[in-house]
Parts: sequence; C-alpha cells; structure tokens
Amino acid sequence: MGAAFSLILLLFFNTSFAGQNEDSIVKKTEKIFDANEVIFGHIYDAHEFHFFSYKTGGKEHPVSVYLPVILYSPQRGLSAFMSSSFEHGEKAVKGYALLTDHNIEKWKLDSKKFRAGQIVAVNESGEPDLNVKIYDFSLTRNVVQMFIALALLVWVMLVIAKKYNKEEGVKTAPKGIQGFMEPIIIFIRDDVAKPNLNHKYEKYLPYIQTVFFFILINSLVGLIPGTANVAGNIAFTMLLALISFVVIIFSSNRHYWKHIFWPPVPHGVKPILIPVELLGIFTKPFALMIRLFANMVAGHIIIICLISLIFIFGALNKIVGYAVSPFSVAFVIFIYFIEILVAFLQAYIFAMLTAVFIGQAFESPHHDEKVHI
Amino acid sequence: MDFFLLEAVANAGGAIGAGLGAVGAGIGIGQIGKGAVEAIARQPEALNDIRSNMILTAALVEGVALFAVIVGFLAMVL
Repeated sequence: MGAAFSLILLLFFNTSFAGQNEDSIVKKTEKIFDANEVIFGHIYDAHEFHFFSYKTGGKEHPVSVYLPVILYSPQRGLSAFMSSSFEHGEKAVKGYALLTDHNIEKWKLDSKKFRAGQIVAVNESGEPDLNVKIYDFSLTRNVVQMFIALALLVWVMLVIAKKYNKEEGVKTAPKGIQGFMEPIIIFIRDDVAKPNLNHKYEKYLPYIQTVFFFILINSLVGLIPGTANVAGNIAFTMLLALISFVVIIFSSNRHYWKHIFWPPVPHGVKPILIPVELLGIFTKPFALMIRLFANMVAGHIIIICLISLIFIFGALNKIVGYAVSPFSVAFVIFIYFIEILVAFLQAYIFAMLTAVFIGQAFESPHHDEKVHI
Repeated sequence: MDFFLLEAVANAGGAIGAGLGAVGAGIGIGQIGKGAVEAIARQPEALNDIRSNMILTAALVEGVALFAVIVGFLAMVL
C-alpha cells in the first residue's frame, strides 16, 4: 500500500522547490499585506498545493506541490501539462495562461468574471483570446485531496472490515483504529438510521454511513494546514446534496406525492400550500448544500482572519504585531478544536437530515386524514 | 447613481442583511436551547432523544440563517 501510494505521488506530483529553479517570481513592489487575497486564495480551488513562500534577496520562492492541468477546448482540442510550467502566471504554455491579480490588471479583464487561478486561452502575442472556450478538467488540489481522503477512508474501512471478518474484536474489545471507529458506526446506525428509517434502515444504512464518513474525512483532512478547502467547496456539497435528492426521490411513495400535490387541507388553502410543498422538494437538498458549504467556509475564514490579524497589526507596527500574535495563535488553536467538533457535527447533521428526508418520503400515513379537514 | 456609492450601498445592504439573519438565528437557537435545557431538567432520562431533536432543529434554523448570509454575500459580490 505504501509503495503504491508513493508511486502515485511520483506519477502525479512534480514537487519542485522553486528555490532550486532560477525562474521564481520577482516581486514587483513591497506590497502591504493583503488579507483578502490570502483568504480567497485559500477558499478557492487552485492548480497547486501552496504551502509557504520564503524570500531571499527580494525574490519570493513559493514552496508548492504542482498538479497536472488538463484542458479541453472545441477549437484546440485536448492539452495536458504540469501547472509548474506556468511559473505562477509568468509564462503561457501551449496557448494557455494562468490568471493572476497582476495579469487581470494588465490585460484589463473584468475582475468580476475572472479571478486569479483561472486559465484563459492566449493568442500568439500573449494577449488573452476570450473567443476560445475552455473546459478545465484539471486535477486541481480539491480533486487530488478528495482522492487522497477517499483512499484513506477506504483503507481504514477495509482494515476494519478485514478484522471483523476474522472475528477480531467481535467477542473481545476492539483495538486500535477499530476501537475508534466502531462507536461512531454504531452511533450512526442506532441514533441516525434506525429512528428515522424504521424497518427499512438496513437498505439505506450503507448510504448514510458513506455520506457521514465521506464528509467527515474530507472536513478533517481539510483542517491540516496547507491543504485545500474541499468540504467548503460548493461543487462538492452540491453533488452530495444532489445524490441525497435522488435517493429521496427514488424512495418516495404515493403518499409523499399525494401530500405535495393534494395536501389534506381546506380547498381554499391548497393554491398556497401546493407551491410551497413543491418548492419544499428542492429547498431540502438546497439547504443541505448551503449548510455544509457555509459552515466549512466560515470556519476556514475565521482561522485565516485570526492569522491575518498578526500581519495586519504587524504592518502598522512591528511591536504591536508581536504583541498580538500570542493571542491570535491561542484563538486559532481554540477555533481549530471547535472546527474538529464542527466537522463531526456537520457530517452528523448531513447524515441525520438525509435520513429524516428519506424517512419522510416513504412513510405511510399513520393518521386519519379526516382529522385535518 | 455614482458607481462607488452603488457598490457601497450594496455592501452595506449585504452586511446588514447578514447581521439581521444572525439576529433571527440567535433568537431561534436560543429558544431551542432554552426548551431543551428545561426539558432535560424535567426529564433527565429523555436526554438522548431531546439532544438529537435539539441538534436537528438547530440545524434547520441555522440553515435559514445561512441562506441569509449567502444572499448577503451575493448582494456584495454580484
């Protein structure tokens, strides 16, 4: 397993310490610390894992793991190369250029449509060619990190499954990672699936467990400094919500739809209630999507803001910066622990609400409808 | 209207909207916490049921508050 993993690492990542290359970025001017850029640089996706930068002799040397870029455009076809060949927006590769804040300003692009980190097509003279449509299928840091988290999750689960197959920890107390995971799995089964899904819980338990652990592992991996913000990516949460939506729709029965299109209320209320119920089908998964996204993004932003405070104060006065840093670091550690709690809580809420919605979709009417009329 | 003024008004609107959303969520989650604590004080043996229902309801309230935050954010960005 370890050998295979390092092989994957070798295949995909071209780790290059830019300090060894000569083509690192020359800083234009001594800029004041820009908190906005740092925050959004972390929140958005990127074509590299950027860990830190160090400065020697006025040059900035970023330390990053570069990831492959795969682009498709109807006019130019498929092209793939490493993101390190962009040299942080300095160079165009195969007719494509990486946008940076500097480039956007230079080419006078609409700053609302384009942001740093995107890729645009350029013509021979190096100017952006907006007529060329690009589909970006790159293995960005979100994608790569999700794969790593997934591999980790599958590995942990397979190890545990093997142990249970060998009847280890069934009659005796479970040990190690098994002992950590077993209470969580049991908790999801007994407190999330069983009360909401009743007699059908065995059918939906694999999905509920998977969605819980997938969100959990992605949120936890995303808390490691230097990693991407996967669980706080709207596309990630949207896909999870979409899968939940499909599961809810496919497990619905006649009564569920009857309650939406012909609710047991007086006829005068029906024109109001039917649109509300119809909207409710879509707002449930939408709320799932927004809740996970906003919680994760908010946590990450708070942490970066607190770290940024040091540099904002440090730019005013060095002594103030040093004075603020211990408080800032203490707060960050506090928020980090809260974030670990939030990672568990949001995974639990997502799994719980999915179970509740699925349970609502197939529940049979247990009350007399005459009561309402 | 002047472009910068328009943007400033949009930013202020977004921030005020997000703040009002937080007020609503604060009242709502406060009520849930109050109800849950009172219920647990009355019936400590029902702790598990009350807790899971409390988290569920709080999540629903929080979802609405986050809608407000997202709409406020969109008012600023768009």
